[in-house]
Amino acid sequence: MADIHWVNEVVNFLSADLRTAMPLLLAATGLIFTERAGIVNIGVEGMMLVGSLAGVAGSFFLGNAWLGVLVAVVAGGLLGLFFAYLVVTARADQVVIGTAFNILGLGLTTSFARVIFGVNTAPPQIDSFKPVAIPVLAKIPILGPVLFNHSELVYLSLILMPLVHFFLFRTTTGLKIRAVGENPRAADTVGINVFKIRYGACIVGGALAGMAGSYLSLSLLNFFTENMTAGRGFIALAAVIFGKWTPAGVLGAAMLFGAGDALQYRLQAANSGIPYQLLLMIPYILTIAALAGFVGRAVAPAASGQPYEKE
Amino acid sequence: MTTRAGSNAGQVIVGGLKSLITPVVAIVLALILGAAAIALMGLDPLVAYQSMLQGALGSTNGIGETMVKATPLIFTGLSFGLAKKAGLTNIGAEGQLYMGGLLSVIVGISLKGLPIFIHLPLAILAGFIGGGLLGLLSGWLKVRFGASEIITTVMLNYVAQYFVSYMVNGPLIEPPGNFPQSPPVAASAQLPIILAGTRLHLGFIIAILAILAYYIFMWRTNTGYELRVVGQNPQAAAYAGMNAARTTLLSMFLAGGMGGLAGVGEILGIQHRLFQNFSPGYGFDGIAVSLLGYNSPIGIFLAAILFGILRAGGNMMQMIANVPIAVVYIIQAFVIIFVAAEALLRRRRSKRKAARVQATPAVAEVGKNG
Repeated sequence: MADIHWVNEVVNFLSADLRTAMPLLLAATGLIFTERAGIVNIGVEGMMLVGSLAGVAGSFFLGNAWLGVLVAVVAGGLLGLFFAYLVVTARADQVVIGTAFNILGLGLTTSFARVIFGVNTAPPQIDSFKPVAIPVLAKIPILGPVLFNHSELVYLSLILMPLVHFFLFRTTTGLKIRAVGENPRAADTVGINVFKIRYGACIVGGALAGMAGSYLSLSLLNFFTENMTAGRGFIALAAVIFGKWTPAGVLGAAMLFGAGDALQYRLQAANSGIPYQLLLMIPYILTIAALAGFVGRAVAPAASGQPYEKE
Repeated sequence: MTTRAGSNAGQVIVGGLKSLITPVVAIVLALILGAAAIALMGLDPLVAYQSMLQGALGSTNGIGETMVKATPLIFTGLSFGLAKKAGLTNIGAEGQLYMGGLLSVIVGISLKGLPIFIHLPLAILAGFIGGGLLGLLSGWLKVRFGASEIITTVMLNYVAQYFVSYMVNGPLIEPPGNFPQSPPVAASAQLPIILAGTRLHLGFIIAILAILAYYIFMWRTNTGYELRVVGQNPQAAAYAGMNAARTTLLSMFLAGGMGGLAGVGEILGIQHRLFQNFSPGYGFDGIAVSLLGYNSPIGIFLAAILFGILRAGGNMMQMIANVPIAVVYIIQAFVIIFVAAEALLRRRRSKRKAARVQATPAVAEVGKNG
């Protein structure tokens, strides 16, 4: 009996881990695009927040959770476009603009959430995602409940991983994106449109950040609350570095960081006396360690953060 | 001679006014967008802005509150600006602020029976060092391992916040331990109120002294000069035998210390005890303050006062006009965006100039000679 209990605990934990890792994974996947194209986007937290509210609002007004996700993706994409305009065309400082986007996201969502849903009313019923057990597969012992009993958004994110990997490392467009991030001058010389690639990457990055936000408000927590991303955008940023700018690495990092989060909830619930704050620090400390080369070398795309000017 | 001097003074004034164009345009545009957001919510922007001004400047208490809010912004603005002058991007003022608050509280509660003129400076110094060491850590990671200070400072923000949360939930918790907060600091470690009937405390004066110190250090000392050269042209600095690693360490320490002082002011001047999440994002607002003020001493001061008005008046705006105070964030974000994207305006202008010069080379030559 004790053994079965233990197995159940692990299954529950891994399943929760996957659930909490998804928003990190989605946002980090978006960041892979932007960073591979040579753009540092510190504003992903703000973009996620906007996605969270847009998702709930979309679902509220259109009556369908998938349409909510679509609204969030469009909202994120538009923010990505605006970001691209500022850092690619206007060549503004990417880090500064990113910080502004975080403040903007917080301001916009906090202000407009009150307008859309009122201040003191109970949260309205909205269509959101429920776990869907995949027939047959969900019956597999251990693996089934861990992997195949989630909301559709989780499956979608997991399918996205190999696709993004294939796109970035096996297609010409993927090669172009990476070339722009490593050496925009050389890419330009061989006829790649650096501006177009960077615009595209920013829009995709923003759209995925928006989707990550909608996952929070439509699948994980089922409503919008002020500042609900709670730093997940920054953890996603950490996951990209820790995952060495590859989809597989990012998946691993997101799972690792998600595990810390899931463990933290358990520690808090169990009232164990172990300070959970120290656990919450781990992703950030690991990322700094990775940057310093303690956990394998983390090398960013060479042109990352630099604006490009055609001569 | 007199006409020459006169025209020079004129040039200085015109130049000064010109450098005001971007910030003023940025503020006006941001306020217009803020008004649009308020109107979109179905509320009256005019009433909102009126109540904001009334709240921030309409009474002694309001003015005091504006300066109270401006105080941490001066420090965090200096924190970002000082690093920027040395060619570094410090996004870590928020975390440095938390570490500054933490160390000042530790000194403030653990030492007892000291006179205020010893205890208070010690607590302030501890806060400076607390923030400074966190900044120095990023500087060291950059110098030693090539780790980007942008990312490490961002990451350390969270580490510092969680660390403070851990400390006030554990080692520093006030007995009997019902609330996650530290005991109050001794009266001898509190920044005294300097304007009766308000919360304005000595930290504001220290902030002004910090601006002065920033000016003297940056523009009147060799080290400051070196730091600016390294920031502006690392190659030239290396050629002149300047030590970039040393200036990186020094400027990150000083920038971190400024961030730490922001936390000191909040804790020793207002809260008098430590608790979690005590900063509403002052560290990030510092970026806007520094950008808007072009890193100049006067600019940082004025920008901090402006954002102080927004923050202090925001409460009144929420109460009277029913406009959520978060609108202030929207305005601040657009101020940053417009100032940071200033290059767009400037490039268009210079392109037009270039086009004109190309079209009429002869006239341009004559103009130059004459």
